Amino acid sequence: MARIIVVTSGKGGVGKTTTSAAIAMGLAKKGHKTAVIDFDVGLRNLDLILGCERRVVYDFVNVINEEATLNQALIKDKRCDKLFVLPASQTRDKDALTLEGVGKVLNELKKTFKYIVCDSPAGIERGAHLAMYFADDAFVVTNPEVSSVRDSDRMLGILASKSQRAENSETPIKEYLLLTRYNPARVKLGEMLSVEDVQDILSLHLLGVIPESQAVLNASNSGTPVILDEQSDAGQAYSDIVDRYLGEDKPHRFIDEEKKGLFGRLFRS
Amino acid sequence: MPNHSSSPTLPAFEFKSSVITVPVLNIYTTDINSISLQLREKVKQAADFFKNSSVLVDLQNVQDQDLNLALLLDAIHNVEILPIGIRGGSEAQQQSAKKIQLPIFNIPRVSAEAAPVEKQPAPPTAVSNQSSEEPQNNTINTLITQPVRSGQRIYAKGDLVITSHVSAGAEVMAEGNIHIYGALRGRALAGVLGDENARIFCTDLQAELISIAGNYRISEDIDDGYKKIPVQIYLDKQALIIKNT
Repeated sequence: MARIIVVTSGKGGVGKTTTSAAIAMGLAKKGHKTAVIDFDVGLRNLDLILGCERRVVYDFVNVINEEATLNQALIKDKRCDKLFVLPASQTRDKDALTLEGVGKVLNELKKTFKYIVCDSPAGIERGAHLAMYFADDAFVVTNPEVSSVRDSDRMLGILASKSQRAENSETPIKEYLLLTRYNPARVKLGEMLSVEDVQDILSLHLLGVIPESQAVLNASNSGTPVILDEQSDAGQAYSDIVDRYLGEDKPHRFIDEEKKGLFGRLFRS
Repeated sequence: MPNHSSSPTLPAFEFKSSVITVPVLNIYTTDINSISLQLREKVKQAADFFKNSSVLVDLQNVQDQDLNLALLLDAIHNVEILPIGIRGGSEAQQQSAKKIQLPIFNIPRVSAEAAPVEKQPAPPTAVSNQSSEEPQNNTINTLITQPVRSGQRIYAKGDLVITSHVSAGAEVMAEGNIHIYGALRGRALAGVLGDENARIFCTDLQAELISIAGNYRISEDIDDGYKKIPVQIYLDKQALIIKNT
């Protein structure tokens, strides 16, 4: 049975697209046929993060308007043949998405894919609403600061009341917390909310903590999902998250500050 | 011997406003016999509960019909229920109520202070288990087990019980009491229809705003000493009291 995962946050710039790309790649690497859809119509980014921007012919809106078939629009990843990308349209806006259209595309994808990852745009308007409407699971991406936490809280309220599952009184969407851009050193200094602070406000199952990392920026710039950078802390954190989502019991990492060795201390600043 | 020389400065009485809960008897027919019969049946089921309880007679459903109000009131008195007034009804029906000095209440909400009749303490609001025929009287309590998220609003007709937290930016309202077994970071408004006896109970007070029957206090005006501890909040002479429980 296919599962639809929405990666959402409410607030912009917290790492939704980075997360979508990483977990979609992670699931595909585990052998699951995975599609990742960019719902940010008009502000297309996912193709860049996945490094397939030069292969976009048709997009999500073309498929909804039946100007192209799903197979024509899906881009197969060059690094992993289980991963497919459905890019957003850059020349349209969110009004081009319709509930029926999105529902039709997702139903079509569900026939052949195991996981469908929906990369939600920021905000709580049409694009974000359509991205989460059909979801089975929600990855709520939050930065450890108050405005991001409050926006996530708002988003959780919308997930609980405005999704298809809520409207049909089915089992609610399963919600997971992903804490991104976490910096244990700054948490220690009291400049950042701790995992406990965020958990206290959101009361949500923590799927993983992704440390603030230079690797994320490098990965974005080179069009490689950060999960493929197995040496990096962020890459490993995303791998853990995929494993935990698939049911493995992995201890949380990157929550506490790493003990700096002699070399670490010498070369620091 | 009565003391006639008592100081004239001592007040002999005081007018106060107060809100009470009164059962409403909705009348659906002008057939006094069948009303009488069914009342007797109903009262038999819970004699102690109904005995001497006061009731407001709602005539909205029979206002186009010819009703003998005196006979109706007799029928109600016969089962030892005390009508304290009517609401709704035709001009003629209200006239006959006036004639026997029975107060007439406004339809949407009962203004309790208009009733000169000595009232029994209002029957407990747990009428719901009596399967009575007055739907307005059935308290509809609401239980929320999920966190109330920012931007969500909850409205309860009766009491509101929340076994999770209420986030900042969320709003919970109840016509009755509000109980929160968790952190209250949003707004909580109890007794929103004017019930001054409503209270808010909360195990961890960090609220943006608390209000009882329209008397409110914002976060800034809540003493820090009451924050993050279990409290109850109630009204005492229009003043909002926060007390550590």
